[in-house]
Amino acid sequence: MTATLTRIRQRDWRRLSRHQLFWPLLILAALLLFNLPFTPNFFSIGVRNGHLYGSLVSILYFGTVPILVALGMTLVIATGGIDLSVGAVMAISGAIACRLISHATDQNSVSLVFTAMALALLAALAAGLFNGLMVARAGVQPIVATLILMVAGRGIAQLITSGFILTELSRPYAVVGGYAAAVPTGLFIVVGFVAITAVLTRRTALGLLVESVGGNAEASRLAGVRAQRIKLMVYVFCALCAGVAGLWNSSSLGGADANNAGLWIELDAILAVVIGGTPLTGGRFSIGGTVVGALILQTLKTTIFTIGIPAQANMVFEAVVVIVICLLQSTDFRRRVGRLVRLPRPPRQRQAPPGELADAGHGPAIASVSQESVEATS
Amino acid sequence: MTTLKIDAQRSASVPARLRILRDPRLPIVVTAALLVVMYAYGSYRYSFDQQVPANLLINNSYLIVAAVGATFVILTGGIDLSIGSLVGFSTVLTGLLVTRHDWPVAVAAVVVLVAGAVGGLLMGCMIQYFRVPPFIATLAGLFLFRGLSLMLSKESIPINDKTVASIAQFHVPLPGGAFLSVGATVALVVVAVAVVVLHYTRFGRRVYAIGGNEQSALLMGLPVARTKVTVYALSGFCSALSGLVFVLYIQSGDPRAAIGLELDAIAAVVIGGTLLTGGFGYVLGSLLGVLVIGLIKTIISDEGTLSSWWIKIGTGALLLLFILLQRAVASRRT
Repeated sequence: MTATLTRIRQRDWRRLSRHQLFWPLLILAALLLFNLPFTPNFFSIGVRNGHLYGSLVSILYFGTVPILVALGMTLVIATGGIDLSVGAVMAISGAIACRLISHATDQNSVSLVFTAMALALLAALAAGLFNGLMVARAGVQPIVATLILMVAGRGIAQLITSGFILTELSRPYAVVGGYAAAVPTGLFIVVGFVAITAVLTRRTALGLLVESVGGNAEASRLAGVRAQRIKLMVYVFCALCAGVAGLWNSSSLGGADANNAGLWIELDAILAVVIGGTPLTGGRFSIGGTVVGALILQTLKTTIFTIGIPAQANMVFEAVVVIVICLLQSTDFRRRVGRLVRLPRPPRQRQAPPGELADAGHGPAIASVSQESVEATS
Repeated sequence: MTTLKIDAQRSASVPARLRILRDPRLPIVVTAALLVVMYAYGSYRYSFDQQVPANLLINNSYLIVAAVGATFVILTGGIDLSIGSLVGFSTVLTGLLVTRHDWPVAVAAVVVLVAGAVGGLLMGCMIQYFRVPPFIATLAGLFLFRGLSLMLSKESIPINDKTVASIAQFHVPLPGGAFLSVGATVALVVVAVAVVVLHYTRFGRRVYAIGGNEQSALLMGLPVARTKVTVYALSGFCSALSGLVFVLYIQSGDPRAAIGLELDAIAAVVIGGTLLTGGFGYVLGSLLGVLVIGLIKTIISDEGTLSSWWIKIGTGALLLLFILLQRAVASRRT
């Protein structure tokens, strides 16, 4: 009786731990709980100055940029690509919007703000189109193709701001990176973008097409998928996300800094995507995982700040956590450690590490393999 | 585009003059030609003297050393994003050991070089044995080493050591009245050693083989794991050496030194004609790539009216040019 119960529990545990979001959510929960002893009111949310206030709110507030950029990056990575230019695109879009607004006579005109934002996003789309054409049409490696704009884009942004930090005082524009109805506007933007992306990729065939291109671009082309067009689309979408993130960033700062806007965001975004369980090799993606991954990174930054780790130790702490997360997700690492420590795995007779199907010719191995395949199909 | 297609059709019976166009070494030749043209333009416009080419080497010596390390990694089909951070870390470590702890310069230099190599080795192990993608593993290295250097010292440490000062001011005379710094000499030696290692040793052949096709290299019985880990350790060593050269250049240990240097190094490698997929390229190409980027900086700063952001735009435009050129060459080869 107890034996069957433990077996069922083991099986449930295994199924749960195999779920795509299991590890990312576990890490996020652990990080959040880790804060409790240091900041007892970590989970409390209050209202101050007419808008929500609290550690969780600030994580969501500052999470806007990483989530948005990582969302676009997820699709790019799912096609087997990478986009290094997102930081530069953020700088360009912020620079254009602030330049147009700060040079206008009436900064508070709503139509002006909308025109400025539209033009900024148009520039972002053009950048995405450039990346997409380089990758899809010219067949340049994504990392190189987007390196061009990563290097030149910041120069272009500086050209737009003439090397200064442009400040603007537009009230309507401040709403973008501020609060709407007591809730951070960024939250609405993020939820909207994530929902639309999730619906478009998971309720239509688009997600499948993206994954097929990432799995094998040539095979999917032969199967009738317009691989080039899909690739072009994801780079344009990624740049659009970065453009919106750039608008949010410049609006929340009240100005455009061509040198520092979105600096290193490409690295954060790629990390968020990888932590969220989307492999860099492409062919598979998880939007929920990416959102959780970006939240993990943002929570990590907030944690470092609130538990009072000295500022100069920030990066070391971040690096160590990132290395640990990457190692935890590496199946080779888990296999090696599992062999040494024998983690909470059901006891098995065989000594060979799990996952090596080459020696599946022996009794217990066959049993475990068939059990796993039953689970996978059910 | 049309000429391109015609070339491809005729490829069965190409005359010798077209064979040159299909040679993968074309980008390197173009880089060299560009360097000559730019230099000629510069010397015509700003009347360069014989010290200008020497200064080009002196001012970019640390980048040359870093680019050599990056060339090895890229030849295996990997990437190293930790170069800039490791350079910064090395400068701070040198400053700390020499100034605060009064270590002899030679001992400090050896410690720094070993630290760099070990750092690269650890990243290589993460990549090879735990299958962490090179991009992510070296990205973690980027954070780690920048963070470590900020932890060692928040501020820049001035190095007032007499030995360092005398090495930094030592001039290696060249014929014609020009001179090289010690850093530039080190950079040239590193390039020479790298050429020998890549083209005349078994290790070099393995690097090319892994970049060409890692699976085949493994099936051929080459020690892929050892070679790849060594390559990342080598890149870490080059970064540390680049940091030492940088110390001679700025005579201080700055935790914020060389931010983004890895991008310059990768750009130089690409402009130098090395394929980022690995398996093809020359160290001398990377040297030319560094010199082209350096010459752009020299010309733009000599022009005076052009703002600094044109350097970035110019580098980006050059990258674009060379990448498209590589594509054209590669598409004709197939």
